[in-house]
Order: sequence, then C-alpha cells, then structure tokens
Amino acid sequence: MQRINDDVLNKCRDLIENGTCDRVLAWEEGEFCYDVTPAVFTGDTLGKMIYDDFCAANQSKYLIDESHKEGRIAALLKPCDTYSFNQLLKENRIKRENVYVLGVPCDGKIDAEKARGLGIKGILGAEIDGDTVAFETIYGKKTCSKKDVLHEKCLSCKGKKHMIFDELTDPEKEPETAVPENGTSRFDGVSKLENMTAEERFRFWRGELSRCIRCNACRNVCPACSCRQCVFDNPASGVSSKANTNDFEENLYHIIRAFHVAGRCTDCGECTRVCPENIPLHLLNRKFIKDINELYGEYQAGYDTALDAPLTSYTKQDAEPGIVHERGVR
Amino acid sequence: MSKMYKISKERLDELYAAVSAVKSLYLPVRSGENQSEFKKWSDQSDVCLDSLNTVKSAKELFFPQSENLISFKVSGKDIELVEDRDPSEPFVLFGVRACDAKSFSILDSVFLSDPVDTFYKSRRENGTVVTLACRAPEETCFCGTFGIDASDPAGGDVKTWLTDTELYWEAVSEKGEELTKLLTGILSEADADADTKAVDDLKKNTKEILARLPLADLKLDYFSGDRLNEKLNDVFYAPQWQELYKSCLGCGTCTFVCPTCQCYDIRDFDTGHGIKRFRCWDSCMYSDFTKMAHGNPRTSQLERFRQRFMHKLVYYPANNGGEYSCVGCGRCLAKCPVSMNIVKVIKAFGGEKA
Repeated sequence: MQRINDDVLNKCRDLIENGTCDRVLAWEEGEFCYDVTPAVFTGDTLGKMIYDDFCAANQSKYLIDESHKEGRIAALLKPCDTYSFNQLLKENRIKRENVYVLGVPCDGKIDAEKARGLGIKGILGAEIDGDTVAFETIYGKKTCSKKDVLHEKCLSCKGKKHMIFDELTDPEKEPETAVPENGTSRFDGVSKLENMTAEERFRFWRGELSRCIRCNACRNVCPACSCRQCVFDNPASGVSSKANTNDFEENLYHIIRAFHVAGRCTDCGECTRVCPENIPLHLLNRKFIKDINELYGEYQAGYDTALDAPLTSYTKQDAEPGIVHERGVR
Repeated sequence: MSKMYKISKERLDELYAAVSAVKSLYLPVRSGENQSEFKKWSDQSDVCLDSLNTVKSAKELFFPQSENLISFKVSGKDIELVEDRDPSEPFVLFGVRACDAKSFSILDSVFLSDPVDTFYKSRRENGTVVTLACRAPEETCFCGTFGIDASDPAGGDVKTWLTDTELYWEAVSEKGEELTKLLTGILSEADADADTKAVDDLKKNTKEILARLPLADLKLDYFSGDRLNEKLNDVFYAPQWQELYKSCLGCGTCTFVCPTCQCYDIRDFDTGHGIKRFRCWDSCMYSDFTKMAHGNPRTSQLERFRQRFMHKLVYYPANNGGEYSCVGCGRCLAKCPVSMNIVKVIKAFGGEKA
C-alpha cells in the first residue's frame, strides 16, 4: 500500500530544498496500517513521512509549540484541521509567520476501533478502493464499507474546503465552498438528546460520562484547551481531580470543559476520537454550537480569524439571560 | 495435575449465579459500544467473554483507581483518626487473560515487599483469580515477548478454556480447589479423552496464531542482561528519546489502561467536615507527577515520557531479577491517542527480529 501521494512528498521536498521551510509536520508509519504517529521531519528523514486514510489526528495543536521554535515548519493540514488552526491564530497561540500551511485533501479517515467493532480483528493492513476497505488480518481478508469504519468526526464532516492555507497540494480537488459531506446534519445527535425528558437525558449522560477514567486525553488533544496550566491540574483549586472516586466529579469535569471551550470549539471531534472509553464527548460541544447558532445566529469557530465570536462580543440583539428559563427543562 | 471440569456455554449464567451466591463475582461486562470492563456480576449483566482486553486492566480489583486510606476529624485542638478502610469482601475475578494474570505478580513485587501495602494485600488474599485462555489474539498482542503463554495462563487459581460449546475448568491452587468445591453441583467432570483433546486442540490452535502475530519476534535484547544497571546511563541519555517523546500529549491513557503501572498519589481532601486521605492512580505523564515542595524533578515531557519506559524496561527489571514491568497486553498500542507506545520504544532501541 502506498502511504503517501508522490505530489505531496515532492512538494514537501521542494519546500525544504528551496528554503521555504526547514521541517515538515506530518505522520510516521507504525507497526500496522492504522497506528500512525504525528511527527516532524527534516530533509534527511522525509522518506519516512506518510499521509493516508489513517492519518486522523488534528495536527494544529502541535503548531503552538512548533511555531515558537526557530525556522519555519510546513504543516500538512486537512480541511478540518484548518478550522482549529484559524481559531488558534485568533487566540494568538500560533505564530503565523513560522508556519507554511500545506492543505492536503481528505477523503475521510478510518477508525481501526470501528473495524474491530464490526468483528474485523487482528488488523495488519488495508487496501482502500473507493467506498470499500479490504483489511488484511491475522484471520484472513475482511471487507467492509468505508463509511462503516469512518471516524465519528468524518461522518459529520464540515466540508472539504480548507479555511486557510499557503498552498494546496491538489488545488483541483478543492471545492468552492465548504459543504457538509454526509446527508444528515451534525446536530442530529443533539436533537435526539434535546427531545429526551430531563430524566432520560440525565441517565444517558450518567451512563456515558461515568465510564470516564480521567486520563485527560480529551483535554490534552483539544486545540481549544491550550491553557499553560489547566485549572484541573492545580492542587490549590480545591478539586481533587485525580481521585476517580466520585463519578459525579468526572461528569462535571466534562461539562465544565465543554463550557470553557464553548464558542471556540470548532467541532474537530478529537475528544471523541481519542477517548479510550468511547464516550461521545462531541455531543456536549455540539449542543453548545447548536445553541449558539440558535441564539446568536450561525457561527462556525475557525471559519476565519476576523469574525467576532458571539460569546466574547456584545450586540443589542443578544439573547437575554432569561432565555435559559424560557428554553428551560422540558 | 488437578481434575478437569466443564460446563456448557449455555449454562454459564448458572455458574455466575452460583459463584455470586457465595462471593462477589467480577468479570468482563459490556461497557459502552464494543468494549468491556471488569464489573460486578448481576443477572442483568451483559457478560462478554469474547472480548480480549477490557479497557482498564484487572489490576483495579486489587489496586483501585481511587481509595480512601484514612479520615481525620478535627474538633477544636483534637484530631481524631478514623480508620475507614474498605475491609475487602471475598471475591472471584473471572475471565482474566494470561497477560493480566501475569501483571499481578509484577504488582506483588512492589506492594507485597517491605513495607507491605496492607490494602493491596488484603485484596489479594480475598481474591480468587479465574483465568481464561485466549483463542483469538489481536495484532497488538505481544505477551510472548515476556514469556507468557496466552493459551495456558499462569498466575491464577483456576484456569479455564472456552470452546464454541463448553467452558473447561481446572483448579491450580488451594483457593481454586475451594472455589471448585463450592460449584460441585454446577460443574461436571470432564471426559479424560475427548475433553482433554478439546482443550489441547484449543491450546494448539492459539499457539499457532501466537506464533504468526506481527509482534511475535519482538526482542528485548537491548534491555537484557545482568549489566542493566551499568547500562542505565546509556539508555537514559540515548538520543532516541529526543524524537520518541515529541508526539506525546502528556495524557494518562497509557498508564491508566496499563496492567502494570503502579504509581499512585496520596492526598488529603478537605470535605468541609473533616479530612479524607485518599490514594489514587497517578501517571508519570502528568506535569504534577512526583511534585515536591521544591517543584517537579521532571520538568519536560521528554523526561516524563522517558520515565515511563525507563521504569518498565530498565529500573524495574534492574531491581527485580530481570523481570520487565510490561506483559504485552497491547492496551497502550490500541488506546494511545497518537499511537506512540512501548513497542515503538523497544524497536527504536533495536528490538527488531533477532
């Protein structure tokens, strides 16, 4: 299986050779087909660089540190990563001049865990042909539809258009506008929860959030969580966040985190991707996004770096606090 | 060898109920979509013995993620110490894979050495471990690297094998014999020929799969030998760490799903009515790990990342007769958000095929 498009690799080589950049942020191959790791490459190591349908991680957060180093880094950003990149620029977390955004096309990324859920065990390799994925496994060849093994974040893809880039590796593939990829709205899951009774909804979230093992993967991967020190890591905060005794505290952790990133969360879906307990954390964030859309008008964090954010700007048309009571408990 | 018993797969609920009637029974139960965790059995439990690894390992039954050690009640100038330890009920831990079963002996070396951890000890004494041999290992499995036989798990009190139709049961310790005695009405004696053959076939088949796993040839040569202590500095200062740590997010996923990670934090929590002293799992990946009055001895993620693998592959074996504190369960391979894991570390130090 070829793991990187020659054009992408050659483009990166050019960028280094002509002095535009001195290193590239991309992915490194693992033991199997799916366990790829974000990595930085230099001219000497470019040969190990890959980018394929398993490279799901949002690379933008690495650029906070990378852009503060000397030199300029080329970053392979997928369309969804560029929303986070914009948002981090807006928050002055990334030094723009030290990053060369190389927009790479994306056809949706494959989640090995979803394949395991379908009974495809012992995955060694995979061949992707259009909508079909043929897995090579310890237990023989297994085929499935690509849609059935896509990451949750890809199932609700915001579109294939890059929100920001210095160059595209495949300009012909770039659409004019960002059009959601699947037929269903990404807020369907939220609507379903909204239509539950308060008690049903409470039970749903208790069931999901009580599995939390408090590994903090969701927070640490989140591009919106870029505080130098998180309040939950501060022993003086009075919260014993390390003690997983009272699962209600774990529940609150996620709710507080969702509040904290509200208006800044681009819905990149990394929280759900990395959760070892498969908690659908994106539903919390999407609820906030849906509410913001309904109360303040359509807003997409990371769409650009200029638009005023609804929760940090004031207009006379803003919803009054009483809206909470009006919308209230069903 | 002890006598082999069996029970048909359809009657496993009867077995669970019978165990549960005398002791609490913990076993892999569905938790979220397509995953499982060790949980207390009830007749409502969705038991999944076909899942290979639970998300968290079985260590939690002996070394809980969080537990209260002692409480203090303050009134005026008096401080009253309140022992509120969980007395630990007798329990049976069923469906433990060979890797997790091996992890108990690694934890024992830490918690049962002087000074003995009495919380851990009482749980070990109260627990009866029933292992379950593997039938369908995953690509992430590499228990063989540590000399573990997934087809014939050691380290438990009872060994079991599950075929398409039967669960075979063999007590291998006194505790295991006692549990078997309690189940005389439920288990039936296995046939000396046909059933022994069924178990042997299962073992043979599993061994055959284990031999062709992609990580079957993973070698720890670089980290072996009597001179590990002298080599310590070489590993510690090796240039490999400079690259390996870079993708690490500093989350605690690998440590919390790991069956051998044993580090913990002890803190006092002010409840408003008194003080509770608790112990909880800690992660060397966290920025406040081993934080002392003067600060943290490991100030960068490189140092924190290195610590985890130095502990598993160098410090622990150097202090425990060459035994590594990894059992090759593969949880960190499957769960790390950026797929950086111990196998990649071992390979970076030349752990390729011999």
